[in-house]
Amino acid sequence: MNLDHAILPLILFTPLVGALVLAVLPDRGRTQQWGALAVTLLTFLFTLHLPARFDFSTTHPAFQFETNIAWIASPAIRFHLGADGLSMGLVVLSGLLAPLGVLASWNTIVDRRKTFYVLFLLQQIAMLGVFTALDLFLYYGFWELSLVPMTLLIATFGRTHNRRRAAIKYFLYTFIPSAILLVGVLWLYVRTGTFDMPILARLAEQHSISNNSSALWLASLAFLLAFAVKVPIFPLHGWLADAITEAPTAAVMVLTGKLGLYSILRFSFGIFPEQSRHIAPLMIALGAIGIVYGALLALVQNDLKRFAAFATLGALSFITLGAFSFTISGLDGAIFHIVSESLSGAALFLLLGFLYERYGSYDMRDFGGLAARLPWMVTFFVLMGLSVVGLPMLNNFVGEFLILSGAMKSVFAHHLFWTVVATTGVILSAGYMLSMIQRVFYGDLGFRPAEVDAPDLVVREHLALWPLAATFLLLGLASPGLMRSIDPVGVHLARSLPQPQPAVSGAESTAALTSPATVPSTTDGGQR
Amino acid sequence: MPASTLWWIPLLPFTGFLLNGTVGRRLPRNAVTGIALLFTAIPAVLVAWLWSTMLSADAPLVLTAVSRPWIGITGFQVNFAFAVDHLTLILLGVITGVGFLIHLYSAGYMAHEDGYWRFFAYLNLFMFSMLVLVLSSSFLLLFVGWEGVGLASYLLIGFYFKKDAAANSGKKAFVVNRIGDFGFLLAMFLLIAHFGSLDFATVFPAIARSSQHGGFLTAIALLLVVGAAGKSAQIPLYVWLPDAMEGPTPVSALIHAATMVTAGIYMVARAHVLFDRSPFALAVVAIIGAATALFAASIGLVQHDIKRVLAYSTVSQLGYMFLACGVAAYSAAVFHLLTHAFFKALLFLAAGSVIHALSGEQDMRLMGGLRTRIPITFWTMTAGVVAIAGIPPFAGFFSKDEILYQTFSSPNPLGKLLWLVGLVTAGMTSFYMFRLWFKTFFGPERFEARFDEHTLGQPHADAHPGADEHDEAQVASHHGVHESPWGMLGPLVLLGLLSVIGGWVGIPAALGGHNEIEHFLDPVFASTAVAGSALNADNASHATELGLAAISTLVALAGFGTAYLFYYRKPGTAAALARRAPAFYRVIENKFYIDELYSFAIVTPLLAFSRLFLGLFFDKGLVGGFGAGAGAGTRGLSDLTRRIQSGNIRSYAGWLALGAAAVIAVMLFGRSLLLLH
Repeated sequence: MNLDHAILPLILFTPLVGALVLAVLPDRGRTQQWGALAVTLLTFLFTLHLPARFDFSTTHPAFQFETNIAWIASPAIRFHLGADGLSMGLVVLSGLLAPLGVLASWNTIVDRRKTFYVLFLLQQIAMLGVFTALDLFLYYGFWELSLVPMTLLIATFGRTHNRRRAAIKYFLYTFIPSAILLVGVLWLYVRTGTFDMPILARLAEQHSISNNSSALWLASLAFLLAFAVKVPIFPLHGWLADAITEAPTAAVMVLTGKLGLYSILRFSFGIFPEQSRHIAPLMIALGAIGIVYGALLALVQNDLKRFAAFATLGALSFITLGAFSFTISGLDGAIFHIVSESLSGAALFLLLGFLYERYGSYDMRDFGGLAARLPWMVTFFVLMGLSVVGLPMLNNFVGEFLILSGAMKSVFAHHLFWTVVATTGVILSAGYMLSMIQRVFYGDLGFRPAEVDAPDLVVREHLALWPLAATFLLLGLASPGLMRSIDPVGVHLARSLPQPQPAVSGAESTAALTSPATVPSTTDGGQR
Repeated sequence: MPASTLWWIPLLPFTGFLLNGTVGRRLPRNAVTGIALLFTAIPAVLVAWLWSTMLSADAPLVLTAVSRPWIGITGFQVNFAFAVDHLTLILLGVITGVGFLIHLYSAGYMAHEDGYWRFFAYLNLFMFSMLVLVLSSSFLLLFVGWEGVGLASYLLIGFYFKKDAAANSGKKAFVVNRIGDFGFLLAMFLLIAHFGSLDFATVFPAIARSSQHGGFLTAIALLLVVGAAGKSAQIPLYVWLPDAMEGPTPVSALIHAATMVTAGIYMVARAHVLFDRSPFALAVVAIIGAATALFAASIGLVQHDIKRVLAYSTVSQLGYMFLACGVAAYSAAVFHLLTHAFFKALLFLAAGSVIHALSGEQDMRLMGGLRTRIPITFWTMTAGVVAIAGIPPFAGFFSKDEILYQTFSSPNPLGKLLWLVGLVTAGMTSFYMFRLWFKTFFGPERFEARFDEHTLGQPHADAHPGADEHDEAQVASHHGVHESPWGMLGPLVLLGLLSVIGGWVGIPAALGGHNEIEHFLDPVFASTAVAGSALNADNASHATELGLAAISTLVALAGFGTAYLFYYRKPGTAAALARRAPAFYRVIENKFYIDELYSFAIVTPLLAFSRLFLGLFFDKGLVGGFGAGAGAGTRGLSDLTRRIQSGNIRSYAGWLALGAAAVIAVMLFGRSLLLLH
């Protein structure tokens, strides 16, 4: 049986059916955990079908595994799903992280387990839907859906009394721009009569969406704003630290980055290629600033969750920088780094969760000297830390290196300066990560560990961490495997500038049109 | 030897790392030692085989092995690829040879430590990274080794992680090295932007063909210098190396003397095509090198901790190597790298043996008279001291003299001045090394007090942790001081021998030799015709060379004489001098307060800025305030949300459906409603 055209709906409906079954099953014993684990593992298994059957040979970034069924005739809404190199890695990533999230929640979620796992699975559907929907309306449905379970997870299962405030903050931050996004989506439909993403992208390349450039600008900003808040991109990160501090581990693991960044690459760049390039210098600056800003704030936190929040902000800013450099290297690196960074981030939050399970604190000042007590825990912490700081041979190095070298080749204003600023991130990230590890694990025994005699990692925790460690090495050593699917997308996005507009951006368009990444475009412009 | 065998040279130590790292904790110590030694010995044998292959008449000048791509995108690709030329051969020899000896020594030195398995796992990880560093045929793979050795160094410096000083020093080493990596990375980005590749085989010919001098090539070269200064502990990034002495002593010998810290020298020598194109960058390298040599030597004059003296001495000697690179005398730099690996590894290991004998004492003020107590350590250390002091015919004389001569005869307008700095440094080196020698091995025994204290159960504050417990027994039976076991002395004797004869591979023509090492390296550096140092060397009169050699020998002897006077004949002299200029002395003794300066001028302001301006004002105030403002501005909305915030999924689903219905309604009548035609 050829699953290729049914696989994406299957991936989407499995967690949906799972959520319905869990809702019916009683919340007794470990039924809910085992049920959720089974559903998420099954979904993960299905997502593995994509890389197994993906056609890596195409150089044109076509959609594969497409399902395209007419759903509503008027307005023309289609149930259109598909995956390409941009989304395939993310679908598999979401598939992998879900069972790990269940493992992380195994003992920490004890009340209202049914609510938790049902919401968790709904969140899973929303994410998978966002990554695979090719109909703008369908996409918007999933996008909005992604908001609700997360808000409820934070509000219901947050750690402190502050949880409701954090949830409302998160909701308001992301809901208001999403409403504006809806206006943008509708305007597009009104202009073009279609929600279909491939068609819209083609129209955009032909400049036939609209002649009204200010309307186009407004629409592109509506898109970008909604996505940028969701990422979040500096300085729109106001919700981030509170949400991360409150949200349970399983929710935090999927909270940031992926959805917004994917959407920028797919929709902002796809539908508004010209506007995206015009705003690129600003976004490059915000990316570079975000890297340094996140790192500096991570350096001075005492709370491990806030530490992780700012570390995440820094890591996500790398992706912004790479994407808006509009070079092959930057875009390839950015797409790779979304997956890669999510894995490192997941490991970080898992480990913090395991620490909290043992000692009931996220305050670094409570810790110290744990290395002798918990040798496996410290091993994984160090490994995760090395991954985050971008040690070569581990996952994040590939992404960061490509992003920064892409930024260096970018043609936008002040790119050289911002590349240098962004590269200081490698110093600062080593600073904050090693400081954190030192404060928690080295030196004298802190007062929490002195009070509580906790065991080293247990089997369940090993099961959650080893797959991540394996992916660190896999992506770090064998990046071409994933990169082969990403590269055509990166090349396409880097080149897909519409007609050159010599008056405004001569250098920019020649570089983008004529060059594979090798052709120099900086100072002397001609060495090969 | 088939090229594919090259892979095994680094992969075997990596296997050792994985084995000891994962199951080492459960293995008996002998098994751990066996694994670590075996996976270091086989690469050494392979390297010997490689030497014999590469030296046969019909061998290629460069042996390469290419595997699959590591990173590959449209327009840029980096493979896992190794290349061996004569420069790599020398370094491979040093790394595997000295590395194996130090592994052997460590088995004895660390025998009673906790975390024995961890130590050997890290040591093998280091070997892996260092071998990758010198074998790689592209900047990016070199960077893999470069970061890998930094990681191993971090882990080993912080080996006694319960000590705050050790944990701090490990972190400091990594972060300061990262400052260097920052430069290295930017250099690589520029290389990619201009040449589209990081392969040596692509980049260097392109640079050689390029018509450009200076310009962006200078920028790239200077950024590489930042990287090299970080790794090779040059001004202004040398501060991590003295602190790295918190690690176990064999680590100081292997990583912080013989191999890792020379990686910067190796990198500059490797990229000599680039540096030859930029006289300015070369001059910068030379000046940094000479300044570091002098500066570090001056601090070394007054340190009391035996390992710190050796650490500053290492910084100073690395400065010599930098200086040699800076006057385009790359083979002289590699020559000194080689001899330095012998005598400095020896000095550290011998110092380790002294520390071992004294149950962890590192303060020279509490040593003395050890000559007869630990005679083998004494004699081997003497060989090392004489070698580094630059007294012929020991190893250090030939290599240091080659550097001084090349500096003197270089076309660099500063050449004579740099030579003078080098000469003064040579005198200081001789002085502080003989100071160490006299204070440790001669004069009255000053360690009794410590042992009394020790037997009372009051270990000294600086005590080498872990060494305490097993020496306790020896203190009781041997009255403390004792010679080390043969597992430790064997490597000392071998390295002592090499410190004597190691320099004979580079005896210059003026002294009746053939300078084999320079000819050996000719295939690598022959293209360095720009600065013309090799040419100069042949043409300059032998009389000059002999004269310079005589001068530097005299200076070295003067250093010995002064130390003899100060610390043997009239032991009060140095203290009297220090009292004469107390402020000056205090400044040097406190290492010119550079660490304090960095902390005051950079670290503290940065943290304060982050905490107060960014954290409180910007993030809590502006960003948070914006959020709060938006919240207040939409109070109505938030009231609404509070009302719908029932926590009930069904009501949420309802709202979602309502929203969707509204959307569809808008779409149906949208054209007229939105008025956006």
